[in-house]
Amino acid sequence: MTEFDRFTLGNGLRVIVHHDASTPIVAMNILYNVGSRDEHPDRTGFAHLFEHLMFGGSVNIPRYDEPLERVGGENNAFTNNDFTNYYLTVPGHNLETAFWLESDRMLDLAFSTKSFDVQRNVVVEEFRQNYLNQPYGDAWLLLRPLAYKVHPYKWAPIGIDPSHIEQASMNEVRDFYKRFYNPCNAIMVIAGNVETDEIKALSEKWFGVIDKGNLNQRKLPVEPEQTEARSLTVHRDVPYDAIYKAWHMCSRADDGFFASDLISDILSAGQSGRLYQQLIKKLRLFSEINAFISGDMEAGLFVVTGKLIKGVSLAEAELALQQEIDEICNNLVSEMELQKVKNRVEAMMAFSEMRVLDKAMNLAYYELLGDAELVNTLVQKYAFVTINDINAEAKKMFRPENCSTLYYIAKN
Amino acid sequence: MNTLLNRKQHPPIKPLGRINFPQPEISQLSNGIKVYQFNTGTQDVISVEMVFSAGSWFQKKPFTAMATNLMLREGTRNYSAQKLSESLDYFGAHFENTTERDNAYVTLYSLNKHLNNTLPLLGEIVKNPIFPEDEYSVLAGKQLQMLEVNRQKVNFLARTHFNSILFGNDHPYGMYLEPNDIGKVNNTDLIEFHKRQYHSGNCTIIVAGLIKPGILNELEAHFGGNDWKGAEHNHIQYLTSGSDEKSHFHLKEGAMQSAIRIGGMMFSRSHPDFAGMKVLNAILGGYFGSRLMNNLREDKGFTYGIGSSVVPLRNGGYFVISGEVGAGVTKEALTEIKFELNRLCNEPVGESELSLVRSYLTGEMLRAVDGPFAQADLYRELIEDNLDISHFEDLIDTVQHINAQQLQDLAIKSC
Repeated sequence: MTEFDRFTLGNGLRVIVHHDASTPIVAMNILYNVGSRDEHPDRTGFAHLFEHLMFGGSVNIPRYDEPLERVGGENNAFTNNDFTNYYLTVPGHNLETAFWLESDRMLDLAFSTKSFDVQRNVVVEEFRQNYLNQPYGDAWLLLRPLAYKVHPYKWAPIGIDPSHIEQASMNEVRDFYKRFYNPCNAIMVIAGNVETDEIKALSEKWFGVIDKGNLNQRKLPVEPEQTEARSLTVHRDVPYDAIYKAWHMCSRADDGFFASDLISDILSAGQSGRLYQQLIKKLRLFSEINAFISGDMEAGLFVVTGKLIKGVSLAEAELALQQEIDEICNNLVSEMELQKVKNRVEAMMAFSEMRVLDKAMNLAYYELLGDAELVNTLVQKYAFVTINDINAEAKKMFRPENCSTLYYIAKN
Repeated sequence: MNTLLNRKQHPPIKPLGRINFPQPEISQLSNGIKVYQFNTGTQDVISVEMVFSAGSWFQKKPFTAMATNLMLREGTRNYSAQKLSESLDYFGAHFENTTERDNAYVTLYSLNKHLNNTLPLLGEIVKNPIFPEDEYSVLAGKQLQMLEVNRQKVNFLARTHFNSILFGNDHPYGMYLEPNDIGKVNNTDLIEFHKRQYHSGNCTIIVAGLIKPGILNELEAHFGGNDWKGAEHNHIQYLTSGSDEKSHFHLKEGAMQSAIRIGGMMFSRSHPDFAGMKVLNAILGGYFGSRLMNNLREDKGFTYGIGSSVVPLRNGGYFVISGEVGAGVTKEALTEIKFELNRLCNEPVGESELSLVRSYLTGEMLRAVDGPFAQADLYRELIEDNLDISHFEDLIDTVQHINAQQLQDLAIKSC
C-alpha cells in the first residue's frame, strides 16, 4: 500500500506527496502532459529535442545540472509518445534546491543559440547510437508507420528522420514551450522523508506564482480500423532474419487492457512462456522471441518479435508462431496458467517500487492515467480478469486483418 | 512573500553530514558459508544472492564460466528445465544469472510470502544441476546468435578489443569470446566447472529486503549441509601480455559512429590510490557534469554520451574512457579527449569544480545505500575484496579532503 496526499495549486499544478522515512534520499518527479503524439508530422522528434533543451538554462539559472550536483543530487528525463518526464533525487535536507531549479524552468526558459545548436547535434548522435547504428535498431521505426496510418503513434519519440531535428527552429521551440510547459499541464510528485505541509509551503513558494497557461487539449486524428493484413519486407546488414508482428489493441483506459497485458505474459513472460517453450525449446525455430504490449495511453499495439535460427525459413517460423496465436484464440487457458501470470503482475508491482524514485515516477504516471490511487488498485484489476476475458480479448485482437508484419531479412 | 523571492540565488546549501552506512547482520551457516543480511525497505520482497568464485578467471576454455551459470536452471536432479521455470514463474519469482570476470552470481527475487516455495528452487539449481545435452545445444545456439548480433555493434567491438589489447588475449581479463569458441565447449566441461567452482567452500550469501524471522534456518536447511563441499583448489595466476602498440583501429564498414576506448592498467579496490582515482575519474568523466561530457557533448555535440570509469578487479584493474562519436568527427573527438587528459596533468583542478565533485560523489554514496537491493549491490563489492564498511568511510574521507595538488600528482603518476 503506497499512501499519499494530493493537492492542487491555484495555477493548476497537481502535487502528490508520498512519505517514506526509510531513506535520506528524496525524489522529485515532474511529468508534463506532452509527448511525441503532440508533434507536427513535419517536426517529429521535437518533444524529445525539447526535453534536451530544458537542461540548457532557465530564466534565472544559467545551467540546470551544476547546482543540483553541487548539493549531491542527480537527474534525468525521458520522452515517450504520451508524455515527458523529468526526475531527480537529492539528499533530503537540500530539497529546496530542487524546487528552485524545477520552478525556474517551468517559469521560463533561456537557453542560448549555441545550446540549441549543440543539442540538435547531440540528439542526432542519439538517433544514430540507438536506432541507426544498431543491428535491428530501425525495426520500430519501420513497424509504427506500417501499423498506424493517421494517428501520431506512427512515429517514434526519436522522430521519423534526423533531418526533422536538424530543421527545427528557435521560434518553434518557443511556441512549443508556451503551449505545453505550463503548471496546469504538469504533475509533480515528491517522495521521501517529507511532510505534506512542508511540501505545500515549498510548492506555493516556488511554483505558486507561475502563470496557469493553457491545458493541452488534444484533438488527435483517430486511427481507422485496419481492414486488411499489411506487410513490409526489408533487407539489412544483420546476421539473422527477424520477424515483427503488431496487432492493434485497446487503449490504456479500456477494460480489455488488463486481459491483453496478461496475454502477452502467457505468451512470453519468463522461461515458461508459451512462445519460449514451443518455438525456442521444442521446435528450435527462434533464438529469441518476445510478446509485449506497447503500453501507450491511447489504442496501442500488441507486438511479437523474434529472431530466427540460422537456416530456418521465414515461412516455417511464421506458421509456427501463427499456430501459437491460433491456440490462444481457439482454446481456453487453464486456471493455473492464468493464476501464474496474475501472480507475476503482483510481484512485478512490488519490485517496481523499491526506491523512492520508482514510487514517485509510478504515482505521476498513474495520476496522468486518471488517478494516482491506481498504484494500489492495479493488481486487483488484473485479478478480476477471467479465462473467458482472455479468450474474448485474444479473438478480438488476433484477427489476421488487424495485423502488420515486418520481415527483416539478413542480406547475406 | 513571493515578491521577496530571489530566484537568481541558490537556496542555502546545507552540508551533507555523515553517511550512515548500513551494517549488515553477518552470520555463518554450519558448513562455513557466510550470510550477510540487509533487512530494510518498504516492499514485502526479498532477494537471495549467492556469490561464487566462478567467473571467467577460473575457466580453462572461453564460454565455460558463463555457460555453466546459465545452464544451472536448465534441468536439475529433481526438476526438468520446463518444470523448474513453471514453478518459479507461478510464484512470480525470477532468477538472475550473471557471470563476471572474478565471480558468478545466482540471485533469487521473490515475494516473501512465496519464499518457502521459491528458495528450494534456488537450492536445486545451485546444488543439483545436471546439464542436459539437448538443453545445452539450445542454449549454445542462442548464445552464438546473440554473440553474432553483438559483433555488429561498434561499442561491443571496441570493448572486447580494448580489454584484449590491455591484458593480452591469453589473460582471463583480456580474453574475448569468438563464435567458434562456443562449439568447443561441451556439457562435460560445464559439469567439471560446476563441481570445481560451485560448492559451499566457495560461496557467500547476501540477503536483502524485508527479511522475515527464521530466514537463517531456511538457508541452513537448503545450503548449510556438508553435501556440497568441494575440493580446495589452487589459485590460478596469469601473466598479462598486453600489446605494445598504443593505437588500434578497427574498420567497421558502413558505421555511422565510432566507438572509442582509451585507458590503461590500474589496480584493485584495496590500493591506496583507489579513492583518489575515484575523484580524479569523476572530474574527467565520472558524472554528467564531467569535463569529457562538457567538452565533447555539451560544447561540441560530438556524442550522445561519453564517460570514464575505474574498474577494480580482484587481481588488478583498469581505467577506461568510453563513448560513441559521430564517424565524421572521430579525429576531433580523440584530440579533445587527449586535451582533457593532459589538462588533468598540467593544471590543478579549481576549488569550485573540486567542491562540486565532492558533493556529487557524496550524494552518489547516499543513493548507493537507498533501498535494500542497492545496499546489497554496494556491499557485494566489499565482500569480493575482503574489505569492510570502513573502506567506504575512507573513500568518503578522501572525497571530502583530497586536494588539487594530490589529484594532479595522481594524474601525472597515471599518465
